[in-house]
Amino acid sequence: MTVKPLSAPLSAPTLATSPVQPLLTVENVNFAIRGHPILQAVNLQVSAGEIVALIGPNGAGKSTLVRVVLGLIRPDSGHIRLKPGLRIGYMPQRLSIDDTLPLTVQRFITLGAPASRERVRAVLAEVGAPQVLDSPVQAISGGEFQRMLLARALLREPDLLVLDEPIQGVDLTGQYELYDLINNLRHQRGCGILMVSHELHLVMATTDHVLCLNRHVCCSGHPDHVASHPAYLELFGFDGARRLAIYHHHHNHRHDLHGAVVVAEEEEHG
Amino acid sequence: MDDFLIRALSGGLGVALAAGPLGAFIVWRRMAYFGDTLAHSGLLGVALGIVLQVNPQLGVAAACLLIAIILVLLQRQRALAVDTLLGILAHTSLSLGLVTLAFLETVRIDLTGYLFGDILAISPDDLYWIWGGAGLALAALGWLWRPLLAATVHEELAQVEGVPVFAVRLAFMLLIAIVIAVAMKVVGILLITSLLIIPAATARRFARSPESMALLAGGLGCIAVGAGLWASLRWDTPAGPSVVVAATTLFALGHALPNRLQR
Repeated sequence: MTVKPLSAPLSAPTLATSPVQPLLTVENVNFAIRGHPILQAVNLQVSAGEIVALIGPNGAGKSTLVRVVLGLIRPDSGHIRLKPGLRIGYMPQRLSIDDTLPLTVQRFITLGAPASRERVRAVLAEVGAPQVLDSPVQAISGGEFQRMLLARALLREPDLLVLDEPIQGVDLTGQYELYDLINNLRHQRGCGILMVSHELHLVMATTDHVLCLNRHVCCSGHPDHVASHPAYLELFGFDGARRLAIYHHHHNHRHDLHGAVVVAEEEEHG
Repeated sequence: MDDFLIRALSGGLGVALAAGPLGAFIVWRRMAYFGDTLAHSGLLGVALGIVLQVNPQLGVAAACLLIAIILVLLQRQRALAVDTLLGILAHTSLSLGLVTLAFLETVRIDLTGYLFGDILAISPDDLYWIWGGAGLALAALGWLWRPLLAATVHEELAQVEGVPVFAVRLAFMLLIAIVIAVAMKVVGILLITSLLIIPAATARRFARSPESMALLAGGLGCIAVGAGLWASLRWDTPAGPSVVVAATTLFALGHALPNRLQR
């Protein structure tokens, strides 16, 4: 692994400007639950063929942001702009299907939209799990399950894929394969991908744009830049960051228990 | 066969046919206690029906819906867990029903009949209500099938894919309320949940698709009604509870069978 020197720390938040119309634009979104801020002034853009990853600690509002983007939650203020006619394929996190429900993979995939057996077979082959077509959903492995979810999202021929922790419950080799698969999808299908992840290492390798979220956007930009950003190091700790071959910067802010930004000079180092 | 027996069998079969498929959804959605809570409010509905001088089955359906809506509203606050809320509502509505009936001193009602069913007293009028309600519930369930199944598997995913999940959830509650109202005469409000859940639970072992489980549950419910009625006549046992015991016997038999048919 190589250490990439960085000329200057990026100021947060930063947005990549794209010449083509983005698929999705999130503008200055705020969301609070009973006065408790969950998202603060969040901006985000996803363009076709681009992978944008949301990273951040638990409770950072990643899934909330995803749900705002999907229209499942209405933000208190701010705008979600979707390209007209945009089709979204969604892969939720941690889905468990009750054992009492007899459902095959084929039935599960076509619950979203009717499709012929051949089409289901083809899309399962695309995600690398053609063997599970007629298996009960309760009998397949964690990796196969995630591929099945991805297949259901792909069956809608989406322009934008929204993946909430797509590699959860998948073993280590499977995680790499799944990331490769997702990475190839945007090339083959040309769709944009918005992805939530915990696996920093994997995210860093395949993503175009990383948003480090902790209720507000701590920092954002190309993975290399974000990985060396002080806010990122503050969030994930020096050890976690060093595993990604990043060197340490001086913190410019940290977070109190409520997630508010505290300028480092005002506080003793914790 | 005597007329009252034919009416009993016909009413029982009508209820079983609707309760089976609907019960499958209750099992899949883990709403057994929810269904039980709605059923408990049935007695309040009976009292309302008497006060307002409408058909008690309409009163029951209205009370069930009211409790369902209160529950949906209460769920928005998160101070109390859902099962606690259900417990509060179930027993409050049952007690309110008993208290209200006590105030109606001029009306003599057969409390045991409402609580445990009075299938042998089904009148031709009751039959219209039962078959009308059951037919309506089944037709609506068929119409709702696909969105309801999608929302049962994952509500948010279904919503993103365009299913109006809130409307579907409300419609599902309405169906439960209707089936409880028509099933009351057969097994009584305290035993209704069993007719929804036991046949569906029995069917699970032999089903390979949601549809086959729902149909099988309806069929098993019919067998339970027939067997229960027969046992009730043979040994002079209360009919409603006999139907439930028959359903449970089928459940036990199903589990005693070899595993060959299991998924």
